[in-house]
Amino acid sequence: MDAATDNVITARNLTKRFGTFTAVDAISFEVRRGEIFGFLGANGAGKTTAMRMLCGLSLPTSGEGRVAGFDITDEAEKVKRNIGYMSQKFSLYEDLKVWENIRLFAGIYRVPDREIPIVGGAMLKRIGLADVRDNFVRDLPLGWKQRLAFSVAILHRPKVVFLDEPTGGVDPMARRDFWELIYEAAGSGITVFVTTHYMDEAEYCDRVSIMVDGRIAALDTPFELKKRYCTQSMDEVFRTLVRGEGKKGGARL
Amino acid sequence: MVLKYLLEKEVKQFLRNSLLPRIAIVFPLLVLLVMPWATSFEVENVNVVIVDNDNTALSGRLAHKIEGSRYFNLVGVVGSYGEAIGKIERQEADVLLEIPDNFERSLLTGRKIDYQVSANSVNGVRGNLGANYMNALVAGFAAEAIDEETGRVVPQPVEVIEQYLYNELLDYKKLMVPALMIIVIIIICGILPALNIVSEKETGTIGQINVTPVGKWTFILAKLLPYWVIGVVAISICFVVAWLVYGLVPRGSFLTIYAAAALFIIVMSSVGLIVSNHSSTMQQAMFVIFFIMVLFMLLSGLLTPVASMPDWAQYVVIFNPPHYIIDIMRSVYLKGGKFASNSFEFGMLGLFAVVMALWAMLSYRKQE
Repeated sequence: MDAATDNVITARNLTKRFGTFTAVDAISFEVRRGEIFGFLGANGAGKTTAMRMLCGLSLPTSGEGRVAGFDITDEAEKVKRNIGYMSQKFSLYEDLKVWENIRLFAGIYRVPDREIPIVGGAMLKRIGLADVRDNFVRDLPLGWKQRLAFSVAILHRPKVVFLDEPTGGVDPMARRDFWELIYEAAGSGITVFVTTHYMDEAEYCDRVSIMVDGRIAALDTPFELKKRYCTQSMDEVFRTLVRGEGKKGGARL
Repeated sequence: MVLKYLLEKEVKQFLRNSLLPRIAIVFPLLVLLVMPWATSFEVENVNVVIVDNDNTALSGRLAHKIEGSRYFNLVGVVGSYGEAIGKIERQEADVLLEIPDNFERSLLTGRKIDYQVSANSVNGVRGNLGANYMNALVAGFAAEAIDEETGRVVPQPVEVIEQYLYNELLDYKKLMVPALMIIVIIIICGILPALNIVSEKETGTIGQINVTPVGKWTFILAKLLPYWVIGVVAISICFVVAWLVYGLVPRGSFLTIYAAAALFIIVMSSVGLIVSNHSSTMQQAMFVIFFIMVLFMLLSGLLTPVASMPDWAQYVVIFNPPHYIIDIMRSVYLKGGKFASNSFEFGMLGLFAVVMALWAMLSYRKQE
């Protein structure tokens, strides 16, 4: 944690280029402790790339970032000890059982052997998957898989959890349930950094940033953003920004 | 101990796979049971056609002797050379023996016999060895015949007594079985690891691992150890088959062989993991590991002697890990070689094991 401020994530001119293509173009922002921070943007706007840099999965081309008090370039492994991550594509082991996945990741994050059954058991009960602990993960419906992946990502009590489109492809009820889990985690002090396409979900965030063509076009609370763009919904804010920036920078997709 | 959890995962995934555990058991069995018979360079059943211009009792006996030999298979005795060469052209015969019309007379009067052997050398080894066997057979026959018919002892200019050391009966199986054991290891411990990490890349699970603080070395060790065990099991199956089916027991100690195999399995699995780390799709990995395996098998002295390779190829062999294990295997199996007599090969294998394992670790990148 930065001593002076209370920021868990700091990005300064964070940039990622692939050849001549600039996926993330000098973005700067801060995320405060305990916040639910929405990271919005159209497909290909650079959300996932930015998130992968913050998680220590991808090296920035230039600029710097600090997550949980550590530099994402030089101290990536220390960053990893303090974060949880749930990728866009479900990536727990489908050929392992629910319980085996929990045990594996708890073990990797050095949860003591004796505590794994206690912590893991309580978690399964909380997300309502206690009955399927011995089922293969591949047999679970997508909504359950997402809840499991999220819970595994925060099992070791990280300071921040990164969620990359965590609710893609499920019904509104399942999404609602998922957001209950997010609130619960945030309530217990875990900072949540979440990307999404769903503008109703953006309303649930404390603050949102909207990325267009690799840059952050706007960053504020949903309330302020709506006020600034004189609209009733985040949906309109999003469309105004994406359309406007799109014209400036020329069509991309 | 993070390693414990990762190993647990690897073992469960391997055992739950419907195919892999079976392959690891059946493959060595199959190779050791089938291949030694097929990879023999021994030439048998050479088809012979005889042109008998002599038509005497002795020339008839020669034909019988050929018929009775395990190396030859008499496909016909014909009257003219043209007829015989026709059989060779139609692939019915490999070797043609023309007996001259003065065969019996020359033999009994002790004069030189001018017989002719022609061989179809489209298959060079078969033609060459077939012709040599035929010459030896005719020479032997002539010596016997003169002894019997005349009671004279034929003056033999110089008699060469060949004594083959270590593999006295020149049994190709004894040469091939240790080589096949290495091939089993090359294939099992090459392909399985090569496909492992890259398959995690394709399913995306590696991303979930890369975002954890797991150590690179721990992760690679968890991938290496299971293949090490699989390799040791596979080669043990080979040892048992070699003993039960071919009566082949090493003259040296099993300990020496296991030590060499243990090192080589590390080398091979590491090579597989390196390929996997550098590939982004299973297709790529498969293609690259096949290329490497072919190099390993053909440029190592596994199937053909290194000494008869051109100089540049012999330099390549120096950098080819299987070359050292096959030397150790043959030495221990056939000569009773000991650790001390193979210390250089052990040293090289150890060096390869360290370098390859390090490379496997370094090529695993958690951050792009």
